[in-house]
Amino acid sequence: MGRKLALREEFLHMGRHVVLIEDEPNIIEAIRFLLTREGWTVEAHSDGQNAIEVIKAAKPDLVILDLMLPGKSGMEIIKDLREQEKMTELPVLMLTARGQARDREMAEKAGVSRFMTKPFSNTEVLAAVRDLHAQANQA
Amino acid sequence: MASLNVLVAVCLVYVALLFIVAFAADRKASRGHRSAWLRSPLIYTLSLSIYCTAWTFYGAVGYAARSGLEFITIYLGPTLVMIGWWWGLRKLVRIGRSQRVTSIADLISARYGKSNTLAICVTILAVIGVTPYIALQLQSITLSFATFAEADPARQLYETTTVFWVAAGLAVFAILFGTRNLNANERHHGVVTAVALEAMVKLVALLAVGIFVVWGLSDGIGETMARVDASQIGQWQMQGDRWATITFLSAAAFVCLPRMFQVMVVENEDERHLRVAAWAFPLYLLLMSLFVVPIAAIGLELLPVGANPDLFVLTIPLSQGRDGLAMLSFLGGFSSATSMVIVAAMALSTMVSNHIVMPIWLRMQGHGASVSGDVRNVVLLARRVSIAVIMALGYFYYRLAGQDAALASIGLISFAGIAQILPALVGGLFWRGATRTGALAGLSLGFLIWLYTMLLPALGGGLLPDAVLTDGLFGFPWLRPQALFGIEGLDPIVHAVLWSMALNAAAFCIVSLATFPNPLERLQGAQFVNVFDHSAGPRGWTGLVAQSEDLMVMSQRILGAGEAQDFFQSEAIRQGSHRGLPEPTPAFLERLERELSGSVGAAAAHAMVGQIAGGSSVSVEDLLAVADETAQMLEYSSQLEVQSKELSRTAKKLRETNEKLTQISQQKDAFLSQVSHELRTPMTSIRAFSEILRDTEGGSEEDTVRHASIIHDEALRLTRLLNDLLDLSVLESGQVSLNMTVGSLGEVLDHAVSTALAGSDKPLNVIRAPSTEVVRISSDLDRLSQVFINLIANAQKYCDAENPEISIVVSTRYGRLRIDFLDNGSGIPRASQQLIFEKFSRVSPEKAGGAGLGLAICREIMLRLGGDVRYLSGHPGGAFRVSLPLAPDLVT
Repeated sequence: MGRKLALREEFLHMGRHVVLIEDEPNIIEAIRFLLTREGWTVEAHSDGQNAIEVIKAAKPDLVILDLMLPGKSGMEIIKDLREQEKMTELPVLMLTARGQARDREMAEKAGVSRFMTKPFSNTEVLAAVRDLHAQANQA
Repeated sequence: MASLNVLVAVCLVYVALLFIVAFAADRKASRGHRSAWLRSPLIYTLSLSIYCTAWTFYGAVGYAARSGLEFITIYLGPTLVMIGWWWGLRKLVRIGRSQRVTSIADLISARYGKSNTLAICVTILAVIGVTPYIALQLQSITLSFATFAEADPARQLYETTTVFWVAAGLAVFAILFGTRNLNANERHHGVVTAVALEAMVKLVALLAVGIFVVWGLSDGIGETMARVDASQIGQWQMQGDRWATITFLSAAAFVCLPRMFQVMVVENEDERHLRVAAWAFPLYLLLMSLFVVPIAAIGLELLPVGANPDLFVLTIPLSQGRDGLAMLSFLGGFSSATSMVIVAAMALSTMVSNHIVMPIWLRMQGHGASVSGDVRNVVLLARRVSIAVIMALGYFYYRLAGQDAALASIGLISFAGIAQILPALVGGLFWRGATRTGALAGLSLGFLIWLYTMLLPALGGGLLPDAVLTDGLFGFPWLRPQALFGIEGLDPIVHAVLWSMALNAAAFCIVSLATFPNPLERLQGAQFVNVFDHSAGPRGWTGLVAQSEDLMVMSQRILGAGEAQDFFQSEAIRQGSHRGLPEPTPAFLERLERELSGSVGAAAAHAMVGQIAGGSSVSVEDLLAVADETAQMLEYSSQLEVQSKELSRTAKKLRETNEKLTQISQQKDAFLSQVSHELRTPMTSIRAFSEILRDTEGGSEEDTVRHASIIHDEALRLTRLLNDLLDLSVLESGQVSLNMTVGSLGEVLDHAVSTALAGSDKPLNVIRAPSTEVVRISSDLDRLSQVFINLIANAQKYCDAENPEISIVVSTRYGRLRIDFLDNGSGIPRASQQLIFEKFSRVSPEKAGGAGLGLAICREIMLRLGGDVRYLSGHPGGAFRVSLPLAPDLVT
């Protein structure tokens, strides 16, 4: 039953896989804690360099992307990502500590689905995640 | 019978009287209050009477006795000039004044582009021409002395000695009164007054003798005329060509003689005096000539055949036992001679010193002579010596040739020589096309012909071989001095004057036409020919209405339309004019000039106004001043150029500064963005976990503790960051206060190592050599320790060796203390070595808790401490070197 339950759980949680590209360990821990409680599986990655490969391999339902990353910036990652096959519609939530209006514009132009500045409110992040997920499933 | 002693005494007294008069006049003139009659045209007119020399006084009678009425021509020439050509004389006087001319040589030189060659020519010509004339005066005085001596058997007269003393005495007089002032424009009032007095004496003397002859020796005018008719004078035929020639010669000489020029132009005080002289001087000449014929006729009748008619004026009274009259007559002749000699010597000495002696002296001095006092003395000395030399020349000429020649012929030779100046003079006054070369050619040719056809034959005495006289030069008959080009049968004087003047004038005209005047000549020519149009005489600026419009146009161009119109309108109102434009009155022109000079400079303004109001003539001074201003403007514009270069340099600097500022601004933006990021990152964790703590009910104890500790860590991180930022800002702004103390390097390192290692649990082995650390240092030890801590802590954080260790190596080199921190890790990649000291630079991808400000702070601290911290790229591991200046007295 446990296994069945686990499978069910897995099934239930199917379509709730998130790849988190973030270099700050404590922030990873916070987001992982929050999303895990919501039934998400969180795959964290702290380097921007091979983020695209990681995302392509993981086939996530959602990507949470930091802007300032070692190796490759979040802005470059989203641009490259949108050029990939089957990745054009992937919901991407960008979180950044650099909250200037120009960054938001650039990010939205580059194709992020949602842009949030740090420090964020947990409820807002969760709402955004739910929203993006719902939109993706409706489509 | 008056003894010679009495005569000499009378002479001396008379000369003393002249001295007193001259001295008094000079004194009064220098004090500035001269009585009205001294300033009257009378003195000027009388001073012109130096034309009447002993030649005229004694010689006219002799002339009349020999040649009848022909003597009249000598008076006719000047009379015609004074009456018929006084406007020409006025021009001469105006030019003389406006150009501050000192002599006729100076005038000719000034006219032809200030050519000294021409001045020298005129001077030489004048000296050669006038020397016989001076000899003539000496001769007349000597003869008159001799006449008295003959009547005084008690004394033996040594003629040579007399002449010598006469010459010396005249030289002294001329020197005393002619060379007191340096500036020729400071007039010789004393001399002129004395000359005027002498003019009166000679007129009175001649009239007295004449009256004595007509009413004393004859029975009134009727009988006198009858006796004249009976004498040989009445039988003389009038020779038209000689009359014309001599009238012309005397007229020319009247204008060109240096002494005439001296009294007429140089000594002229007021142009208006000329107007009076124009009738008064002919009147004087008339009076002088009135009794010439009766005296000659009666003399010829009374005195024995063979008596010198040149001395009738003296011998008639003597023969009649009228000693008083004879004495007066003698004084008249003496006056004629002395006044001529003095003025001529003065005039010639000015020419000789100015045009011959001074140029030579200046050349000899090279460029060293600049002291004006020096020059002044030299000029005066030159003039005095010149007077002495001229008198000596006259004396020697007299000794050489003067003793037997008739007075009149010497006078005419002199006149003909001087007349050679006439074409250049008159041409210069009225013909702008006359050139220096033309003047020089005419003058030289005329002078040579005069010399050859007149002076040399007259001198005789072997100067000109007889063969030349009879067969012509080099045996060419057409080169015979008195029959040039085969024209024979002419009177020698007519012949010589005709040829010399004709060829002189022809050469002058032809060469002038063939040559081009240089700019200075052109300008001077314009100034001379148009002297009345622009010089400041009684007429001043001459103007017409049309000129007002021209002036308006010009002013608008210079002052701008509005300002020019305002100025002209105010001037019109000032003049009470109802029309738009003011009359170009002198006052208006002066104000306009002043107005314009504010914009274009005084010289240019004068030239411009002169151009329009005063005809086309512009003075050389004007143009030179314009040139000066142009030079100033050039200098000004070059200054402007320098300034504009400076400006462009400044602009470049500004541009660079601006770029730098933009860069700094961008850096500041980047920095703020970095700071924002660095602050937001821990705050994100804090907010996220504090919200989790708040919102999570029934969470595990373990989670709660973990989350709280994360919040705590991030809070600390935030604090650290803020501290670092503040520290950096204080260091960078230079407002940091350093606490300089003296301490041991070892102790500072001890403290730094223990502090650094206490901050982290990561193991790090520190290798030191305590013996090398025994160095006393003077620095802010806390700040230095902060640097050390940072470096050790960095090694602790980043050293990736299995057993991380750090060596602290102390050394001194070049007076600096070096502390190297060398770890055994993999070091910092070469590409990043330049960046690590920049703010927020992080080499390692992993988070190590720092914001990347540590090394930036280290660098700032070392900068403040006068030291340095840098990365040693040659070392395999991480390697930092801190260096400090080492105070020598602190080394232990």
